[in-house]
Amino acid sequence: MSLRSPLGKVLGAGSAKEGVHHWWLQRLTSIALVPLTIWFVVSLLSLPSFEHVTLVTWMAQSWTALLLVLFILVATWHSQLGVRVVVEDYVHGGSKTLTLVLITFIHAVVAAAGIFAVLKVAFGGAA
Amino acid sequence: MPQRPLSPHLSVYRMFRYTLFTSFANRITGLVLSIGLLVLVYWLMAVASGAAAYTRAIGILSLPIFKLFYRVLLLAFSYHLVAGVRHLIWDTGHGLERNQSKRSAWIVGTVSVLLMIGFLYWAFCPGVHQS
Repeated sequence: MSLRSPLGKVLGAGSAKEGVHHWWLQRLTSIALVPLTIWFVVSLLSLPSFEHVTLVTWMAQSWTALLLVLFILVATWHSQLGVRVVVEDYVHGGSKTLTLVLITFIHAVVAAAGIFAVLKVAFGGAA
Repeated sequence: MPQRPLSPHLSVYRMFRYTLFTSFANRITGLVLSIGLLVLVYWLMAVASGAAAYTRAIGILSLPIFKLFYRVLLLAFSYHLVAGVRHLIWDTGHGLERNQSKRSAWIVGTVSVLLMIGFLYWAFCPGVHQS
């Protein structure tokens, strides 16, 4: 027995091959975030102070800047995937699409702003 | 829209089954961490905007509501990290039996509470760290 609809057969429509895309990215970003988030929290708590000069020195180190960029990128990505599922579960009707658009835009802005800020400091723009 | 029950069926679930509680807590902590990202990026932008702008931003970020939020963030991070690892282990096909999942729920609860106590002690106890 085939589960395909007659219309789908006539149109030659099949799987879009994207069924596990969201699921897979959520897992991939989770795995990456285990070391990245632990590094971030431990580094933050290890800082001697939260004065501007301390932070600039910290963020200007190449490895710090690189890991911060990766952390922001992967964390916002993972966040976008997660918040999207929550919206899909609890928001219905016309406001669902609008909410999803907003959520995606906000995450894009957060990722861009975070990476921009780190790079600006890393390249000496906030000294 | 047809009036069918919508998933997840919040009105028919028994709310305090450990399965629902651990799953729901993972969502809530995830959302809290998403809000944390907003604060993090605001803070990073403040650092990038120079010393004067940073001092102004710190004035806002040191408000009691934010200090409370940092504690909540450490709680959310501790839970979401450990619960996330539990999900990753499930994805390999292990630990899905009822008794195993019940045990891992207890492990997640215990480990995340210990982790949170450790982080909070490190972050906020005078003498350990000066913030």
